[in-house]
Amino acid sequence: MFYWSLAMEYIKNYAKTKLTYRADFWVELLSDLLFQGVNLIFILIVFQHTPSLGGWSEAEVIFVYGYFMVPAGIFGAFFNIWNFSERYIVKGEMDRVLTRPAYNLYQVLLENLDPPSLFGSLVGLIIMVLSWGDLGLAFNLLDILMLVVFTIGSVLIYAGLFTSLTAISFYSDAPTGILPLMYNISNYGRYPVNIYNKIIRFLLTWLLPFAFVGVIPASYFLEKDHEGLSSLALLTPVVGAVVFGIGLAIWNHGVKRYRGAGS
Amino acid sequence: MTSAYLDLIRIRFLMMLAYRVNYYSGIVIYTINIGAYYFLWEAIYGEQKLLAGFTLAQMTTYVAVSWMARAFYFNNLDREIANEIRDGSVAVQFIRPYNYLFVKMMQGFGEGLFRLLLFMGPGLAIVCLIFPVKLPTDPGTWGIYVVMLLFSFLINTQINMLVGLFSFFVENNEGMLRMKRVVVDLFSGVIVPISFFPGWLAVTMKWLPFQAITYLPSSVFTGRTSGDEVWHVLGIQILWFIGLIIPIAWVWRQARTRLFVQGG
Repeated sequence: MFYWSLAMEYIKNYAKTKLTYRADFWVELLSDLLFQGVNLIFILIVFQHTPSLGGWSEAEVIFVYGYFMVPAGIFGAFFNIWNFSERYIVKGEMDRVLTRPAYNLYQVLLENLDPPSLFGSLVGLIIMVLSWGDLGLAFNLLDILMLVVFTIGSVLIYAGLFTSLTAISFYSDAPTGILPLMYNISNYGRYPVNIYNKIIRFLLTWLLPFAFVGVIPASYFLEKDHEGLSSLALLTPVVGAVVFGIGLAIWNHGVKRYRGAGS
Repeated sequence: MTSAYLDLIRIRFLMMLAYRVNYYSGIVIYTINIGAYYFLWEAIYGEQKLLAGFTLAQMTTYVAVSWMARAFYFNNLDREIANEIRDGSVAVQFIRPYNYLFVKMMQGFGEGLFRLLLFMGPGLAIVCLIFPVKLPTDPGTWGIYVVMLLFSFLINTQINMLVGLFSFFVENNEGMLRMKRVVVDLFSGVIVPISFFPGWLAVTMKWLPFQAITYLPSSVFTGRTSGDEVWHVLGIQILWFIGLIIPIAWVWRQARTRLFVQGG
């Protein structure tokens, strides 16, 4: 209850700041969409020159992309902590967070809410529905349930990986450029992973399981089983729980090490 | 005065050197990007020998060179300018006896030089070892490429300045900064060469400055553009460089009468 009312207060606060910079809200929403759109443009352009990508058709790749946008949007809205190290460690704001009674990561996340990202999830859903029709897939109610389960799993994977990476700033004080690296790698989980060589494929499936954020769960819905990917799909929530658990553990251990910047 | 500007380049260069972790991770990031795009393009080509005038070997070289060039011309001047406008420190810059925009340009150049020597060079060497990249053998091509690369930097920096200076008018332009980055990456040809774009979009791109940042120099470097055509594309770059000075000068004049500081 306490955590819920806290979230409500933060959202109210968010709305107030956004009303101050009204034009920016729309530009941000637009830029988020454009950001996702660029990759879609890439897919569209590529398929003007080739009928298939590693055995996947255009409609299938777009479907995977649509699915990817759903967890990506939710993740973007609630885990917008890209400049954590700068704001909380270098400027010492973590001190303030730690003196309060609510769980520290929860507070940090609430302070950085970014609801416009959710719009991307909506667009992703629309893309999925449209290509569902294009591909002529059968539809049953179980699919909706599976979509929810997969989405939760994918968001947890994202959240776990990025929480662990953000927590690195507790251990090393040099600003690291590792987040953009992860961001780039996360994008490659959207493409059919069978086009990559074995090492990258293994990396994307088991070490940094970004394939579970895009191509693997999405292939569950496609009726063609590409190299056994759809049978892996059911593992998505499990992988999500494991990765998120690891993320939290690294974070909690890091917070204990935090000493404050003293500024 | 000139020596003061040269010092700015030197100082920024040294500052970059201080954050070495960023630099090592940068090389890894770029190599991974190039690698991923290499496999992606390999799959796109499949059995086909030639797409939009590129062979797979040319494409690999194009991707590698474009990303490495991006390492050189890329900078965050837009964000720096926007931040200084927001926290008010730009007011101090006004009363100093130098040209603020010129100072920024020099700082960007110091950063670019750092990345050119310690990032683009070694990065390209690593990439050449891993992927089948074919560099040109003609020294003339290398020479003209260096000149074009310099213009890539100038034009990209000019666009950054324009977007950064918009903070004078919109107070908070975080969204715009992000949008710009995306637009520049797509339309400059880092992600897909312009010749892959469908007709109308390719034509639109020819009338925008973005292609001058990556596509034109990389095309020369991979040997797709050769002979007299080379002078033509260099001309396009020079025209954009001169052309972009006008809106910057105008925005800068307007901006100085509009400055209001939000706290700070």
